[in-house]
Amino acid sequence: MSGRTHLGMPAFPEAATSATRDARLRRNLRHATGTIRAKRAEAVAELPDWAELRAAGAAIKDRTLRHLDHYLEQLEEAVTAAGGTVHWAADAAEANRIVTELVRATGETEVVKVKSMATQEIGLNAALEKAGIRAYETDLAELIVQLGDDLPSHILVPAIHRNREEIRDVFRGRMSRWGRPAPEGLTDDPAELAEAARLHLREKFLRAKVGVSGANFMVAETGTLVVVESEGNGRMCLTLPETLISVVGIEKVVPTWRDLEVFLQLLPRSSTAERMNPYTSMWTGTTDSETADGPRDFHLVLLDNGRTDALADTVGRQALRCIRCSACLNVCPVYERAGGHAYGSAYPGPIGAILTPQLRGTTTELDASLPYASSLCGACYEVCPVAIDIPQVLVYLRERVAEGGEVTVRGQRTTIRPARGHAAERAAMRAARWALDHPGALRAGQRLAARTRRLHPRRLPGPGRAWTASRDLPAVPAESFRDWWRRTRDDRAEGDRR
Amino acid sequence: MRVALFVTCVTDTLYPGTGRATVALLERLGVEVDFPAEQSCCGQPQFNTGYRREAEPLVRRHAEAFRGYDHVVTPSGSCAAMVRENHPRIAARSEDAALERAVAEVAPRTYELSEFLVDVLGVTDVGAHYPHTVTYHPTCHGLRTLGLGDRPRRLLERVRGLELVELPGAAECCGFGGTFAVKNAAVSAAMGADKARDIEGTGAEAVCAVDNSCLMHIGGILARRGSTVRPVHLAEILAATDSTHNADGPGHDGRRTR
Ligand code: SF4
Repeated sequence: MSGRTHLGMPAFPEAATSATRDARLRRNLRHATGTIRAKRAEAVAELPDWAELRAAGAAIKDRTLRHLDHYLEQLEEAVTAAGGTVHWAADAAEANRIVTELVRATGETEVVKVKSMATQEIGLNAALEKAGIRAYETDLAELIVQLGDDLPSHILVPAIHRNREEIRDVFRGRMSRWGRPAPEGLTDDPAELAEAARLHLREKFLRAKVGVSGANFMVAETGTLVVVESEGNGRMCLTLPETLISVVGIEKVVPTWRDLEVFLQLLPRSSTAERMNPYTSMWTGTTDSETADGPRDFHLVLLDNGRTDALADTVGRQALRCIRCSACLNVCPVYERAGGHAYGSAYPGPIGAILTPQLRGTTTELDASLPYASSLCGACYEVCPVAIDIPQVLVYLRERVAEGGEVTVRGQRTTIRPARGHAAERAAMRAARWALDHPGALRAGQRLAARTRRLHPRRLPGPGRAWTASRDLPAVPAESFRDWWRRTRDDRAEGDRR
Repeated sequence: MRVALFVTCVTDTLYPGTGRATVALLERLGVEVDFPAEQSCCGQPQFNTGYRREAEPLVRRHAEAFRGYDHVVTPSGSCAAMVRENHPRIAARSEDAALERAVAEVAPRTYELSEFLVDVLGVTDVGAHYPHTVTYHPTCHGLRTLGLGDRPRRLLERVRGLELVELPGAAECCGFGGTFAVKNAAVSAAMGADKARDIEGTGAEAVCAVDNSCLMHIGGILARRGSTVRPVHLAEILAATDSTHNADGPGHDGRRTR
């Protein structure tokens, strides 16, 4: 049931086109992102040292990434010393295999999950299902997605594309298939919806012996994992089960507790516009007492899945600074119209457009289209709490798609060819560059256009059709600026030399 | 002071009126303007679409054409941003020391028009007269890459007869984005439609910006909707005076839409 993945998705422009026609989706998104956008701006404006915090966040992440091997080894030592076990997973398949085997070893056939981007990235729920293990999502929005047999469309609010009535229908129609059914006569009142979810989930928390989580941060010096959330479901998953398995991307490590202080300020304000998030759970290794909270068995699965390849790239690696606050999604005008599903990845929006093609490569049509899913307006860069220059990386990845070049794949430097389907565009770019680099040709073109301007059609054929489908064309003027200047000013007629 | 006008390929070809207005304005303020004929496009369409190698010769041409001037002025926030932000990046990756030197000389001296007026000339009242209601759309590269701030507004506020009306959601992208408008046409059009609706809602006669490419997109959508709101470049407003014929409507020649 929850086996849905993004495989076989169409390229971004196609998926986005159908999304822009979905009036309800656009209304839901406009409302949700518009509200959070304004609140975030206020929360950030409250801190006089935001710019310094942002620079500190970027610097800490950069330094950690430069010495990632060192901090990961330190982390492994600390986790092991605290009674945990560390596993290294090179890719999604390996991570899924490790988690499946760990769950099997407990003899259990169900797990409760804290919302986790990493497990979404690797498609863990589907892998567990194949092995006969049911994974229950416990985050409210994640639950809505799971019950609706849907895909998440936002980093922070996976069900942002749904409104209250839709959620009520999902609860009424499908809760019973997963456990305790929705209360009789459930309305779309937010409090009632939350209560229905609480009752449904409580049953799972009390029964579960295995919990699966991600983490927002891992502190190398103590081996502590940190989850930041607002509902408290995460805390239940982290403390009630006997076995806890955390799947975390290797870039989530920070060296010390002092470093954490910076991110615990940056994250909540950027993400939920809160000064402090309601629940911050931290756990270090295992507890051995029968009565104490926390798991008696703890496994940390460190996930690479393309991250070290991204790290090898001097421009693209800044994407690994991301703390998944989702601020860039909430301000992105493209995300707002296209919706999260169009990005075909666990990571939608601007960060998805630069992270996914680095983690997965640019060989599929979808992945090659992602760097173009932006108008380069720069709103994402402006809000990013760790100052990722998303527009710069987008353009850089476009170059990889259009012209090919050197990349690192599984640790090996290789040269890739341009992505398919760019030959005509490349030829056009070359021709345009030639004309622009030969002012004589450019001027001749301008004059021809001016002379034939009464003949120009209102609608263009070919790629220009996309323009004239929704916009009128400008009328070509009788005389270019260059010709005007020469006629009126430049008696030296300098331009004639070419 | 030797000042060169970088007119940009879009303005040169489609909106020469903006170029003429820029010249008229600067000359009125006592600036002697030169137009280096060797100039062409800044390479932005190529670079932003991923064709850095196609952009490189244009960066070279640009740096050569504009070397030796005290200042380069352009009526485009996005082309000024391209020159200042990306020409050095492209030069650095060209492994051509001569190109790097040329770009290092030209890029920091390049100014978008409102920056040049406010920062270099130190004027905000340029003696313009433009008796129309105008709303201002800050274009993304001017706003975020160059950090133009309120410079264009300060200039507009001192234009006699002009009534400036607030544009809701002004900082949101209009959806042009160069080749984005063609590659992701549906999203671009959806963004443009929302922008056009916001502009119409202000009741202004004209929408002003510092980028003709964004105005081309916005104007194309407004025209298709049958709107009477006219797109007009900042330079054209600032160049207008009592003696120019702007009583019969805010539109200027070279800004008609088919
Ligand atoms: S890229 Fe920046 S703004 Fe976007 S989710 Fe990551 S940290 Fe937040």
